Amino acid sequence: MKNYTPIIGLEIHVELRTHSKMFCGCPGDHFGKAPNTQTCPVCLGLPGALPVPNKKAVEWALMLGLALNCKVNKESKFDRKHYFYPDLPKGYQISQYEEPLASHGWLKFSNSPPRRQAGNLQFPNNKVGITRVHLEEDTGKLQHITLDGEKVSLVDFNRSGVPLVEIVSDPGIRSAGQAKEYAQKIQQIVRYLEISDSDMEKGSMRLEANISLQNQKAKGKNQKLPDYKVEVKNINSFRFLEKAINYEIERQAKLLSQGKKISQETRGWSEKDQKTVSQRSKETAADYRYFPEPDIPPMEFSESFIKDLKKRLPDLPDKLVKEFIEKYSVREEYAKILASDKNTAKLGQKVLEIAVKEGVKTDDVAGIIINQKVNLVKANIAKIVSDIKKTQSGKISDSGTLEKMVEDAIKLNPKAVEDYKKGKTQSISVLIGAAMRLSSDKADAKSVKEILEKRLQ
Amino acid sequence: MAMARLKISDVLHVTELAKLSLDKKEGNYLTKQFNETLKEVDKLNNVKTINVLETSQVTNLKNVFREDLIDRKRMLSQKESLSGSKKIHNGYFVVKAILNEK
Amino acid sequence: MKSDLTLKEVIDLLKKREISSVELVEKYLRAIRKLNKKLNAYLTVNDKAVNLAKSVKLPPNEKKPLLGIPIAIKDIFLTKDLRTTASSKLLDNYIPQYSATVVERLERAGAIILGKTNLDAWCHGSSTETSDYGPTKNPWNINHLPGGSSGGSAAAVAADLAPCAMGTETAGSVRGPAAWCGIVGLKPTYGRVSRYGVIAMGSSLDTPGPLTKTVEDSAILLNVLAGKDPYDATTSNIAVYDYTKNLNKGIKGLKIGFAEDYLLPRMESNVKDIVKRAAKVFTNLGAKVDYVKTLDPRLAISVYTVVQRSEVSSNLSRYDGVRYGGGREYFAQEAKRRIMLGTFTLSKGYQDKYYKKAQKVRTLFINDFEKIFKNYDLLIGPTMPGPAPKLGITKGQAMFGEMADVLTEPTSISGLPGISVPCGFVDGLPIGLDIFGPQFSEMKVLQAASAYEIATDWHKQKPVTLP
Repeated sequence: MKNYTPIIGLEIHVELRTHSKMFCGCPGDHFGKAPNTQTCPVCLGLPGALPVPNKKAVEWALMLGLALNCKVNKESKFDRKHYFYPDLPKGYQISQYEEPLASHGWLKFSNSPPRRQAGNLQFPNNKVGITRVHLEEDTGKLQHITLDGEKVSLVDFNRSGVPLVEIVSDPGIRSAGQAKEYAQKIQQIVRYLEISDSDMEKGSMRLEANISLQNQKAKGKNQKLPDYKVEVKNINSFRFLEKAINYEIERQAKLLSQGKKISQETRGWSEKDQKTVSQRSKETAADYRYFPEPDIPPMEFSESFIKDLKKRLPDLPDKLVKEFIEKYSVREEYAKILASDKNTAKLGQKVLEIAVKEGVKTDDVAGIIINQKVNLVKANIAKIVSDIKKTQSGKISDSGTLEKMVEDAIKLNPKAVEDYKKGKTQSISVLIGAAMRLSSDKADAKSVKEILEKRLQ
Repeated sequence: MAMARLKISDVLHVTELAKLSLDKKEGNYLTKQFNETLKEVDKLNNVKTINVLETSQVTNLKNVFREDLIDRKRMLSQKESLSGSKKIHNGYFVVKAILNEK
Repeated sequence: MKSDLTLKEVIDLLKKREISSVELVEKYLRAIRKLNKKLNAYLTVNDKAVNLAKSVKLPPNEKKPLLGIPIAIKDIFLTKDLRTTASSKLLDNYIPQYSATVVERLERAGAIILGKTNLDAWCHGSSTETSDYGPTKNPWNINHLPGGSSGGSAAAVAADLAPCAMGTETAGSVRGPAAWCGIVGLKPTYGRVSRYGVIAMGSSLDTPGPLTKTVEDSAILLNVLAGKDPYDATTSNIAVYDYTKNLNKGIKGLKIGFAEDYLLPRMESNVKDIVKRAAKVFTNLGAKVDYVKTLDPRLAISVYTVVQRSEVSSNLSRYDGVRYGGGREYFAQEAKRRIMLGTFTLSKGYQDKYYKKAQKVRTLFINDFEKIFKNYDLLIGPTMPGPAPKLGITKGQAMFGEMADVLTEPTSISGLPGISVPCGFVDGLPIGLDIFGPQFSEMKVLQAASAYEIATDWHKQKPVTLP
């Protein structure tokens, strides 16, 4: 593996939770509805029907683009993408090709790959570029069954025409871990914007990964991307995403090291077999014959319009994490967890405001909320801090008393002391426990540990 | 500029893309006509269009949208939705099993 | 002939209560029973028409200007619960679940659909010979074509099987059959009339338009048809005028250009003479008429062929037999020809050279007209290169339609309005004059057409009653 650099790009589709579909007034909420009960001439692809775009869907897609640090394209339009499939009623999908709504964005993450791996040349290793964010319509749903002894597919068009935002990353992801973090971040941002449930089980968020390997030895020379890529579909969870990517990297590395060529193809993740499986490989790339959608006039976005959209953006996760750290002195690990959900974050901030007022250490409060899995939505916010204050008020924190208890603990546990000095550092927990018992649990455990460590040097 | 002259294999590739089927006689006949049409259409290449933008819309309209509202007037009942086909089952349209993935 | 009533005359008779809607509908149904076998203008007759007429209690009024009036509809418009085929066996048994906006507007105005008329299958042609249900015959000479693709509607109006009819024009499909059948055919500005519910041929070109016996009739219909439709994003916000207002205004002082490049080299001299004589009428009526140079209309053939066939190949992708109609094996030869060429011109490696290039040359036509209309109010020229040819002539031709419509293609690709009015005869077959103007100039176009009509008698001539 050390000879190859994974070149990974993710394509994420997010179903927008608009009231109505992308190009018609049928309800957008299709989950669990009786088949073909939410269609109209437009989304059923009847002869003569015409599309009219949903304003809110366009605004939300633009906002997502802005939240992903993209540039909004002042001029944008829809294009027709042609292919034949029973769940695609018009024989083409209205999508965007040459002028997507937004492009050239980026996302930062903490999971950096080792330096020696060739990184995305444009960005430092902890950032991945977002190529484009565009809008399109969803297809109907197919179900495969056997009917009267014949293998058939059942088609339901309730989902046909629901708005989808497609987010395409640059091939700058370098590991399964990074991919997982990227996908989770996208989901988090989408939920912060409240534009989609982005629930992978319900299918309102779908992942596809493009994976290839670049030969390390090519480093220094013309660093082009590999001349193939394997597309992996049917990934229904973040866990599967990691597994699938890791499996693919291994599979490809093996083939390459054997001098074999890797075919450009689409593979699906099989949870049953714990591997990626080849689906029909296409010898030639599909010819979608994209051309500008003649039924829909192009879009033009003014500076003031984009400015207004920017104003409508809520505070995003990264900003809230920063606030927790800088304003509330919460450690990064806690800050990230609190900010994972917008509601939790907002309520968390309220609690910490109270903590500050009451003079209770905010980092402690955060820790307690997280470790005790406090449900901030259901809890009585005011009570949380006052409860913590009560338990903390009996705490012994003056060094004199603590040092005495530490001495007693040491006297009572000579073996633990010996083990610790021999190098078994975990033995200190025995001593901490002893000191805590001596204090009837009123000692501040952190301080106890610090004193012990100093004493036993 | 070189004129396009298609062979029957090119034409058959096009019919595949368009999901049409031709028998051999038709294929030969239509290929001949295809090339006749291309002869006329290739005249486009003699026209200078440097710095000329494509017209894909003659209306000059921009930003035509609809509000995000449900329009019950246009919605079809399940019966109406299925009414165009005889191959239906329990509210679904029925097609032969799909072997190719999209 | 008293029996051959214009739409205006029918409206007046109903208003004066000299005739009832039922009598009207029955009159046309009788005529259809008598002549349709010979002409093959109608594919479907509306068996609800008489009952609808029976329920009409009032005469036409301001709210319902067409109350009780029968009208023929080209079988390209979806009509709810009334069979719609696009003249293709693929849709032989298709019963639409909704109606086109045009149909709804007409019905809201009180009109009664007499039936659905024949066309070139999927509008692919200028002859009506590509219909899967046999060609329509020209009422002036049943051995000749009526034109297309709205041939059925044109023949119906010319043979008085309806007082008026609806057609659609992508390039020449309203004006062409109007010219060859000696009636009036109006193609409004693209976006003036909604395409919602019109089986799509060329999405950036299709324009519904009326076929009528007089210019006034087409103005009456345009008043009902025009306007923004929230279901069609390409319809215009521009206000709808009363298009009958200036029909008697005359054309004194109007600057009219005679498109001399439209007098094609291969055009017969007698046709050229007829059109030149028509131009003289405009001069006599006080307009200033000059010969004007335009881009060669023959260049529009390749632009139109590529753009239209590309859009056709896309628009016919939805016919996969899953939700309605038969499978793609039902497409007849002309449809296959057009789908194939259109697929090719959009395909990888060829799109730049063909589709994108055609859209650039299209811009040249738009710019050319814009330049000309800075100095002229309207342009005139022949609608078709000659009179209606004989039946059977389209057999074996790779692009009959696009060749025949050469003179209407420049305005069609530019989205401009135009009207064809009868202006003479060659060997007993009608010749049409095309009057066209800048976008949304229907008022002026109709004004000029009406002035010409009032000053001439061509529109009063009718085909000899067929045995």
